[in-house]
Formats: sequence, structure tokens, C-alpha cells
Amino acid sequence: MEPLSNKRKVLDFKPMTLAERAYLPAIVKGMAITIKHFFKKPVTIRYPEQKREFSENFRGMHSLKRDENGAERCTACGLCALSCPAEAITMIAAERQKGEEKLYREEKYAAVYEINMLRCIFCGLCEEACPKEAIYLDGDIVPSDMLRKDFIYGKDKLVEAPLNQ
Amino acid sequence: MELVEIGIKAGLVVIIFTISLVVAMYSTYAERKIAAFLQDRVGPNRAGPWGIFQPLADGGKMFLKEEIPTRANAFLFIVGPSLAIMTACIGSAVIPWGQKLTFGSTVIDLQVTDINVGILYIFGVVSLGVYGVMIGGWASNNKYSLLGAIRAASQNISYEISMGLSIIALLMITGTLSLREVAEGQHGFWSHGWFTWYAFKQPFGFVLFLICAFAETNRSPFDLPECETELVGGYHTEYSSMKLGFYLFAEYINMFISSAVMVTLYWGAYNYPGMDLLAAHIGTNLAVGLGVVLMFAKIFAFIFFFMWVRWTIPRFRYDQLMDLGWKGLIPLAIANIVLTGVWVTLYDKFFK
Repeated sequence: MEPLSNKRKVLDFKPMTLAERAYLPAIVKGMAITIKHFFKKPVTIRYPEQKREFSENFRGMHSLKRDENGAERCTACGLCALSCPAEAITMIAAERQKGEEKLYREEKYAAVYEINMLRCIFCGLCEEACPKEAIYLDGDIVPSDMLRKDFIYGKDKLVEAPLNQ
Repeated sequence: MELVEIGIKAGLVVIIFTISLVVAMYSTYAERKIAAFLQDRVGPNRAGPWGIFQPLADGGKMFLKEEIPTRANAFLFIVGPSLAIMTACIGSAVIPWGQKLTFGSTVIDLQVTDINVGILYIFGVVSLGVYGVMIGGWASNNKYSLLGAIRAASQNISYEISMGLSIIALLMITGTLSLREVAEGQHGFWSHGWFTWYAFKQPFGFVLFLICAFAETNRSPFDLPECETELVGGYHTEYSSMKLGFYLFAEYINMFISSAVMVTLYWGAYNYPGMDLLAAHIGTNLAVGLGVVLMFAKIFAFIFFFMWVRWTIPRFRYDQLMDLGWKGLIPLAIANIVLTGVWVTLYDKFFK
């Protein structure tokens, strides 16, 4: 049949030469390749001690932000939980009492704010949804742990450290 | 006097036994490290500096692991790994680790026993090794284990033939079966215008022996008995905890012993260039000690080679394995015998 293109490659199945049938030359060739790798620098990054450089827009662990006075920005509107495709975020809202103005910026705040880090897919939709600029995925890699329950991060792990203390 | 001699021998046995166990232990570590380096990784590095306590951690893990109960024949189930590790260990008895050390009137022979059929003894022990695999595989009461064991048995038997034949050509040169005399026959490095080491007199026989040694120790590319892709885990599918550890350990001891045998038979054992000169200048005992060190260096080089090959070459298919054994190596070994015979006759007739 006439070939449609000139890409067709004609293969011929020649019987193997003696060198090919003896295996050994090919084995020597392969071993030369592996020994070359023996003296190469390993590409491993020894993780907990060493870290790969992250890009500018790397999304790591979440942090709940404070405003310039050190009050928590989150107002427990629930938009982050609503936007979360993995349903990783839950929260319980509470009303701000008198004398708590230093602690919470808005009149309503999150008494409990939990992110299940096993569910989270680090898509960043929560930070896009947040109207108060309260949540950002600007942290590090979420560390490993032994138990599933320890991956549910509460406010103790998520809220930024107070400004001046 | 007699008692002193027995004491020395017993001490030697204990030392050699310990050395082979430690070497086997650290072979597991070396294997993982070498595998890592050949694949641009770093390997185990958490247990101690550079991970040098990894074998201890592995051993501890092995002892603490659960025994998985099977509907196995309990007695034979234990006999299998015990036999495997025992036959692996007793091979070291006839290997000459060095020349004689002399302290005053006491002469210490660095060889447990110099029986005059040393090579045959090694072969006998190696052939016994297959019983460990066979019994373990059968006692497991598992099809895959049994298939793995049968493969191991037929592979070992096939390659023992060509191994024996490749040795015959060597024996035609040495004229002795005693490993001590074989080692002494390679004294120094150069004499009568040629290397004394038998690897240079029998290069072809050495290559054949090397290939068969790979097959006998069930190392890649001949590790079909434990071929994971076809047989789950081969003969040690049903084994766990230290019984599995014994099988794995036996493989590494076998590797050590067969490296020692290859060094003794082909690579000059404890001999090295300029040994007489050194013995005359710094004393016999030091020269002998250096010989022992160099023997171990050669053995470790061979162990490295074993591992290097393992992480380079893929496994043979089973029919290819048998093809190579029966149609490749045996005819070549016989041809080697014939060529050696012709050469020895011509040499005796015309060049002497």
C-alpha cells in the first residue's frame, strides 16, 4: 500500500548478533550507566530539616488574621465554609460582649473555628470568599500526625499570634 | 598442647561465625544504601549517623513482629529457615582466611579446617541449602510458596551442574581440591611471566562460575524463587517475623560465603602483589594480617558487585533462565574443560 506519509519506519527483524546473544556486553553497558549514577549527587531533599523553596503563591496552612489593633478579623459569616468544596471548615458563631472590643473587630465572631486538614484540598477558595480578609493560606506545610482527630485544627492553631506580646 | 589447639580452633570458629553474621547484617544496610546511590537517592539515614544502626532497628523489628499463624506443618515450618541459615553458615569452615600466624612456638592457622576435599564440601553445603527453601515452601501449605520452592530447587540444581563443570577446568590447573592449596597456588601476583591468580588463567571459567554463583545465591537477575510479580513472595510468602529474617539473612550470608569462595578460587585469596617483600621487611605476622584485610576487601568488592548487578539488571523469565543454564552455560563449561585440557597438554609438551 502507498504510504500516506513518509513517517513510516520499516523494521527488519534481523537475527541477533553473537554479541547480543551473549547478553554480557549489554549488561556491562547497563552497569556502566548505573555506576555513573552512583557518583551523582542525590536529588533527595531531606524534608523536615531541608525544605524545597516555595513559590510566591504557595498555599499552605491557614491562618486567621488580626487587624491593625490586634483584634480577630473573622466575623463568622460562614462564607468560607460555604465556599469550601471539601467541606473542611466548620464554625460556631457568638456575639461579642461588652469589653471584648479589643479581641474581636466585628460584633459577631467565631467562638469555634475548625478546619479538618485531612479534608482540606488547599484550593484557596476560602480566602477568596472571605469578605473580611480574615483567612489566608500563607502558612507552612501541614505537619504529619498520628491520629485523625489531631488533624482538626481549632482556633488555637489557626489564629495569628497577638500583635505585641 | 592438644587443648590449646582446640581452644584456638573454637575461638576461630566463633570469630568467623560472628564476622559472617555481622557482614550479613551490614550487607542489608549496604544493599539499601547502594540501591539508593545507584538511583540518586540517599537511603536509610535516620537511625544513627548515616543510618548505621538501621540493621539493629530492622532486627528489633523482626523480633517484635507478629507470627502469622498458618495451617502449616509446624515442625517443618521452623526447620525450613533454620536449615537455610545453618547451611549458609557452615560453608565458611573450609575457607582459608589467611596464612599461618606465628607467635613464638604457637602457630595459628587462619582456617578452621583444611579438609582435602574443600571444594566438594562447599558444593555439598550449597546443595543442602536448597532443602531449607524446599522444606519451607512445602510446609507453608500455600501454592505460591510451593511453586517458588520448586523453582528454587530446579534452578539451583541446574546451575550447580555448570558450576561444577566450570570448577573442573580450574581443578585441572590446580591439581588439588583443598582450598588451602588452591590459595597457596596463587602465591604473590606474578610469576613465570603471567599472573598467578587463577582468574587470569581461567577468565572464562571465572565468568561462568560468577554467573552460577548469582544463580546459586538466588540473587538478581536469577531471583525467580521470590519473584513478586508472579509468585507473591515465593517460598517465604507465609513467613513473618524472625523466621522470614532467617531466610533473608541466609541469602546475605550465602552472598558473603560465595564471594569468599570466588576470591579464594579465582582472585588470589589472601595473596597480594609484593607479599614476600613485605613479609621480609615488616615481619611475617603483619604481612599475613594485611593479607587477611585484603581478602576481606576483595570479598566486599564482590558483595558490592552482587548488589550493583541487582540494581541494574531486570530478572530473567523462567524459560530464559533454564535456556541459559542448560543450553548456554553447560556447553560453554564443557568447551572450557576441553580447551583447558588442550592448553595444559600443549604447555606441558612445548613450553616447559
